[in-house]
Amino acid sequence: MSVYIPITPSDRAGMLERIGVQSEAVLFEDIPEKIRLKEGLDLGKPMSEHELMKELGALAAKNAPASCRPCFLGAGAYDRLIPSVIRHMTSRSEFYTAYTPYQPEISQGTLQAIFEFQTMIASLTGMDVANASMYDGASACAEAVIMAARQTRRGRVLVSETLHPDTRRVIDTYARFNSIEPVSVPAKQGVTDMEALSSLVGDDVCGVVVQSPNFFGLIEDAAAAADITHGKGALYIAYTSDALSLAVLKSPGASGADIAVGEGQSFGIPMCYGGPWLGFMAVKAPLMRKLPGRIVGQSVDMDGKRSFVLTLQAREQHIRREKATSNICSNQGLNALSATIYLSLLGADGLKEAAKRSMDGARYLKAQLEAAGFKALYSGPFFDEFAFALPGDTARAEAALQAAGYVGGLALDGLLPAADAAGDGLGAMLVCVTEKRTREELDGFVSALRAAY
Amino acid sequence: MAKHYDKLIFEISSDGKEGYLLPDTGVEGDFSKDAIPEELARADEPVLPRVSEPEAVRHFTRLSQENYGVDGGFYPLGSCTMKYNPKINEDAAAMEAFCGLHPCQPESDAQGVLRLMYELGEMLSEITGMAQFSLQPAAGAHGELSGLMIFKAWHEKNGQADRKRIIVPDSSHGTNPASAAEAGFEIVQIKSAADGTVDIDALAAALDDKTAGLMLTNPNTLGLFETRIGEIADMVHSAGGLLYYDGANMNAIMGYARPGDMGFDVVHVNTHKTFSTPHGGGGPGAGPIGVSAALAPYLPGPVVARSGDFYTLEAAGENSIGKVRSFYGSIGVLVRAWCYIKTMGGDGLKSASETAVLNANYLKELLKGKYKLPYDVVCKHEFVLDGLAEAQGGVRTLDVAKRLIDLGYHPPTIYFPLIVENAIMIEPTETESLETLDSFAEAMLRVADEAVSCPDILLEAPTTALVRRIDELKAAKEPVLVWQG
Amino acid sequence: MAKVLDELYYTEDHEWLRVDGNVGFVGITDFAQGHLGDIAYIELPDAGSRFAAGEVFGVVESIKTASDLLMPVSGTVAEKNDSAEQSPEKVNADAYDSWLIKIELEDMGELDKLLRADAYTELTKE
Repeated sequence: MSVYIPITPSDRAGMLERIGVQSEAVLFEDIPEKIRLKEGLDLGKPMSEHELMKELGALAAKNAPASCRPCFLGAGAYDRLIPSVIRHMTSRSEFYTAYTPYQPEISQGTLQAIFEFQTMIASLTGMDVANASMYDGASACAEAVIMAARQTRRGRVLVSETLHPDTRRVIDTYARFNSIEPVSVPAKQGVTDMEALSSLVGDDVCGVVVQSPNFFGLIEDAAAAADITHGKGALYIAYTSDALSLAVLKSPGASGADIAVGEGQSFGIPMCYGGPWLGFMAVKAPLMRKLPGRIVGQSVDMDGKRSFVLTLQAREQHIRREKATSNICSNQGLNALSATIYLSLLGADGLKEAAKRSMDGARYLKAQLEAAGFKALYSGPFFDEFAFALPGDTARAEAALQAAGYVGGLALDGLLPAADAAGDGLGAMLVCVTEKRTREELDGFVSALRAAY
Repeated sequence: MAKHYDKLIFEISSDGKEGYLLPDTGVEGDFSKDAIPEELARADEPVLPRVSEPEAVRHFTRLSQENYGVDGGFYPLGSCTMKYNPKINEDAAAMEAFCGLHPCQPESDAQGVLRLMYELGEMLSEITGMAQFSLQPAAGAHGELSGLMIFKAWHEKNGQADRKRIIVPDSSHGTNPASAAEAGFEIVQIKSAADGTVDIDALAAALDDKTAGLMLTNPNTLGLFETRIGEIADMVHSAGGLLYYDGANMNAIMGYARPGDMGFDVVHVNTHKTFSTPHGGGGPGAGPIGVSAALAPYLPGPVVARSGDFYTLEAAGENSIGKVRSFYGSIGVLVRAWCYIKTMGGDGLKSASETAVLNANYLKELLKGKYKLPYDVVCKHEFVLDGLAEAQGGVRTLDVAKRLIDLGYHPPTIYFPLIVENAIMIEPTETESLETLDSFAEAMLRVADEAVSCPDILLEAPTTALVRRIDELKAAKEPVLVWQG
Repeated sequence: MAKVLDELYYTEDHEWLRVDGNVGFVGITDFAQGHLGDIAYIELPDAGSRFAAGEVFGVVESIKTASDLLMPVSGTVAEKNDSAEQSPEKVNADAYDSWLIKIELEDMGELDKLLRADAYTELTKE
């Protein structure tokens, strides 16, 4: 008996009679004896919700979430402010207990929200159209690479060394199984080396992937990279790891990107130990019908009322099967709704202000660190993350920060471009300052770090 | 019922309004002025609305009222397992202790979530009979893709790189061939036998030294158990291939049979189907994959490991296919799945499957006759009708679906699987009461009568929904995918 | 009953070919347009592209289905029918009046492998 199952024993008897069988067991007799499970599943007794929360509470107590302390970790996941409205709206079960909107007449809520999401993403990225979302930024980027390879019928992709290492790994996986060869473009001073890019781009290159702000927080010259890319007929794939940067940086579209992909976690989605987040993908018009996944379009109903519907479905797996643009079916619908609500609440001004405060804080921190004798690794323009060198090993800094109650930045051991590695026994740290950080926390971070060495 | 709400968020925007107040950081001075060189800075303002908080709340609340969800009524969408989404699981997933964790925090800060992940992997192993799980894949199709990459890596490692073909039945989910293609395979589609199951002769003919494997759903998309699964597994394995289990229909057999015992080498489960995590209007889901012991080294990394009471994230070994997504998985979704399994226990899961199967067979009995039933045998958790037995005025399956909307139900899946021309695919799940099943059957039978006596009602339907039938051709011919302003 | 014209060549994948000297016009058959339903989108190759017989040269999409266009014979595209691409409903209205691509044939011998009207009628009878 489970509280989630309404059928009673007496219901069962009547139903079995109607079906014309003696017992439920008969309904499973088509499962061959040899593979029929003889013993029950060893999963313990059903728990009441009270017991469940007790057990889960014990696990929760063993987590020390970064969101509850001054967090200086970024590197792909951002501890940003999340308006309370988002949880209230996404907790409406009309939204979260609905399926993919196959029946548009009773799914206008989901459909319209996605249409609004597509509009916002297309505009923020400066592209013509966006899809209804992807699993996450990394897999969206890998799908973009496959799209570029199919579109150009070429088999090599150039990937900047300044791309987030996880995104690079996912590209490598997808590429391996699609006979695409990823080639690294080296970095210089923490940004993509344009001369190296020029010499590597050839007629066999399907696309070039560059992240901006890049993994080290630096803003790339995307327009220059896109120009070089287009010179050889390849597609420029712009990757955004921190979507808030779109508020202040020249958009991928304005920089000449053919495909803009990225991670939308910054838009009101909790870090949640890495997922579920929100991949996005937007393209220029010529690639519209090559997009993977769901797309919502505007139309009219029989009475001429504006309404929304899943469209261009002939690209998708349920129709085209092995010839689909991608195998993606589920996406991140509810998280796309979160982002839509976030962007609605902040608006263009709020978004820009959140970005500005993050940047102000990051620059204040950098100045204080420099005043305390720490050296920034790079001098180029950055958004709200930057790397700095440590006078000793990283573990020492991490321990000191942890002890002082801070969630320190990311240790860059093994993650820096070969040319920039600090040398034996010396570490480097990538820190992020979001709009959540106060001056007091920034000062405290510097003090804790200073005390460590 | 609410009145149709016809405003986009951009259309209720007006200057001077804001919906969220940012706190003071205490950082004084305009540090970021000129920080971004002009040629790298954004020049245009993005298309975003300016609305106050109550206006935003009302907008999205009204949008929600244009939606139909499981909490609102019966949702017998075949192949999608629209079961109840327990509320306590939502509370659990919202706990700051889980959703506030940064993925780069040290393992010592994340012992609770790591243990939860470890336990979930173990529980899924018990349910499916597989040796080890990876929780990374973001959805069922993503699990398929990851699993097929494992197939390929395994064959390559064994010097069988020319095994390039994946066999799928013509009744399979579209994701099966699409995932196989994205993993770099060629697809061989085999026809189903007259009874709707795998045609053993067709399979035998398709198997050769180029075969990488077979993808199967069991029970299949017709809701029929592949009774010759043992023989099928032997055939595929002796031909040197591997077996992939599409777990979309796992809700039929929990506690009764396990894919691992049937001979499958790789399995994915859809937490958003079988394990009650919400569909969210399209996601996010999670598609953990389980493998046999021999294939464990090929799983995407990192994998959660345990040493004593301490849990760690172990980097993948050299045989791993690599990463298929950033970080470790859809943690918020996995927390809900863990909660579901805990609250059901082994007996509860078995009862869920048993009841889902009972409900499907019961509905099938009530509906056959007025609807064509192409495979009149005991079904598992779902069954497929082949449209109306009798209809006038050109009424077809689509019209039945639209009429059901007027009668207060979400329609079943239609026109899938592709091998049943007028398919109406019904999956009631264990969530429904006898009263609901009876009322739904009554509605279906009423629609069947109307199809003969007054077909126009069906052709015009829906008339009580907030919008009427939508011009899909217009949407596809003249795509308007963003607000035009 | 779908219309079949006597003077055309047909493929088993439901393309038709009208031959005039070494120039050919390729379209989809009345049977094909009927099966697709309202066509939403047609994608055709630019002039100058070359395809071997049986190769995919384009795609036709309706709302619920999509179909690759296969080259009936080897040849180079001389022209694509912009009007069909822009107004796919024309193909639904008269599939034989709306050719999709004009090609230069390479090997007249390949015509022998195509179906004539009677064989194509037989193929689409059920």
